[in-house]
Amino acid sequence: MNGTEGSGAYDDGPGEGRGDGAAAGPGRPPRIPPPRASVEDTGLPLPDLADLGDPAPVPLDLSHDVLKSLLGAWALAACSAAETAAVEDHLGGCGPCAEEALRLREAVGLLHQPETLDLDPALRTRVLQSCLDRRPPRIPVPEWAAPYDAETARLDALLQDFGDAEWHAPVRLRWFRGDAATSRRTTVAGVIAHLLSVDGLVAVALGLDDPLADVVEKGEEAVRGPGGRTEAFWRTSHFPPTRSVRGPWREQSHSLVRTVSVTGTADGPAVPYGDFALPLRDAMLDRAFECWVHAEDIAEAVDYPYEPPAPRHLNRMIDLAARMLPVALAERRRQGRSAAAAAPHLVPAGTPGRSLRLEIEGTAGGEWLIPLDSPGAVGSADLEVAHVALDGVEFCKLAAGHVPPEEAAAGQVGDREAIREVLFAAAGLSRM
Amino acid sequence: MVQKDLPPRWDRRMQQRLARGEAAALGELYDRFASLVHSLAHRVLGDEHAADGVTREVFGHVWEHPDSYDPQQGPLRSWVAAVTHRLAVQRLRATEAASLTEADGDRAGELERKVSRASVAARADYIVHSMPAPLRAALELAYFQRRDYRQTAADLGVTEDEARRRLRLGLQLLSTAHDAGGPPGHGGAA
Repeated sequence: MNGTEGSGAYDDGPGEGRGDGAAAGPGRPPRIPPPRASVEDTGLPLPDLADLGDPAPVPLDLSHDVLKSLLGAWALAACSAAETAAVEDHLGGCGPCAEEALRLREAVGLLHQPETLDLDPALRTRVLQSCLDRRPPRIPVPEWAAPYDAETARLDALLQDFGDAEWHAPVRLRWFRGDAATSRRTTVAGVIAHLLSVDGLVAVALGLDDPLADVVEKGEEAVRGPGGRTEAFWRTSHFPPTRSVRGPWREQSHSLVRTVSVTGTADGPAVPYGDFALPLRDAMLDRAFECWVHAEDIAEAVDYPYEPPAPRHLNRMIDLAARMLPVALAERRRQGRSAAAAAPHLVPAGTPGRSLRLEIEGTAGGEWLIPLDSPGAVGSADLEVAHVALDGVEFCKLAAGHVPPEEAAAGQVGDREAIREVLFAAAGLSRM
Repeated sequence: MVQKDLPPRWDRRMQQRLARGEAAALGELYDRFASLVHSLAHRVLGDEHAADGVTREVFGHVWEHPDSYDPQQGPLRSWVAAVTHRLAVQRLRATEAASLTEADGDRAGELERKVSRASVAARADYIVHSMPAPLRAALELAYFQRRDYRQTAADLGVTEDEARRRLRLGLQLLSTAHDAGGPPGHGGAA
């Protein structure tokens, strides 16, 4: 291995005129290369007979320049029969053209159907990890931004080979509002526009460009929060979103990871979501979660398989949801949606309160004690009144509003009201 | 999807970030070039698992030695392709040589021919991948869609002269894949 390799054969220089210089030696008989493989092998329809030109060709009288210009088309069997005959007639007497003809026909043999192998999405993690083992980074991606980095890369890989049909495939976004399932129709491209708009909340908090800058300038009424931003983006686009939204989305996601790596500390700026705000690290986890959830929506819409996140990433997403539950429970009470005791057992902040044990099964799992009566209370095993057990992916689907709380496959023991409240609060974490 | 050409500024900036040890830059580099690296390696080695291994080696090499890329010499994409080619051919040669019996002259020659074929195929893929889009579009129509040059001209909205020119120029570019390597010591010299 030498360390000074340049680009060599991979230089991107124009190769114009390469073929012209390759003259045959004088007097050397021109070689007529064999025709390429038959069209029948390709499975494509045969050209119409009409397209093949005169079936009984009489060599045309064409100038040398025209014949030379036909060599590429001839090598590809893409001229009329009469032109083919004229070219081949010419090759018998013109050394330079015969030499080029051979060269071009050999080149045709190098054309392959592009490889359609999908890159294994898991390869990215393995390759990057092996690099970082060989040379530890001086500026690592913060642990709390790693799920976002991984999920955006996975979604981008899914989008890689999408054609127009996939980009415009209908998708139904689903979430919970006021304890009722709600939904909104859009397309695959519309989902990416949604992710672009909402990721923009984090971008703005970090001082990066707002993808909705135009919308804001146009004097749209206050565009706050995920739903409002998305609707504003969709509304102000002149056309429905297309595949062109992929570039800006990916660019922004790269730049978020870059920025939090270089400048981000865990206690960076809080990210305002309209009704509430999340610390930067939690906002990045939230965006990773949303990216996965919507990648699943997209994959389902186009009938592709899609895997859940890596267990250690999924675990952090579950942890975020579990930490948000006490506030969500309080919010339900405030809005009078809580069926539980009208007067909760209020406890002073920082002291143990009645708790529900949330047990998440699987490799991403763990146990969380959710204080039931006040976001300020501390979960307590001694004051456990209920125990819910469910699978990690199932819990995430619940928190994404993709599974109704009544139908969540959860093992339940204890205070049924408390369990119902927590499951509904989990569904209530979902939004567009 | 074929990436559009990036300004050299992106290449230089990427090199600086890699040199600085920024893990996020490594991720972006992977996202930009992994499918190129993997498909070239696969073209040389014809094996998914081996291509994965070369992909790991290529990014490991770039991450550990970002300074061995010289932006003056050409785009980062070309350099990454050259590193891939070199490491893939190295692996092919090692794998094949391991299966040779000692002093088997014929089979050693066969190995060289195999290495050379694989190199040409990988260079050809790269050339098609990076040639100007109008040339690639013409070749795709004429070869994969079986359009004749007149139909190709109509599909592309260009004159028949121009269609003939693009087909010829595209094949001329492609035929340089047969030229063994570039300057000495470079990845192309398999």
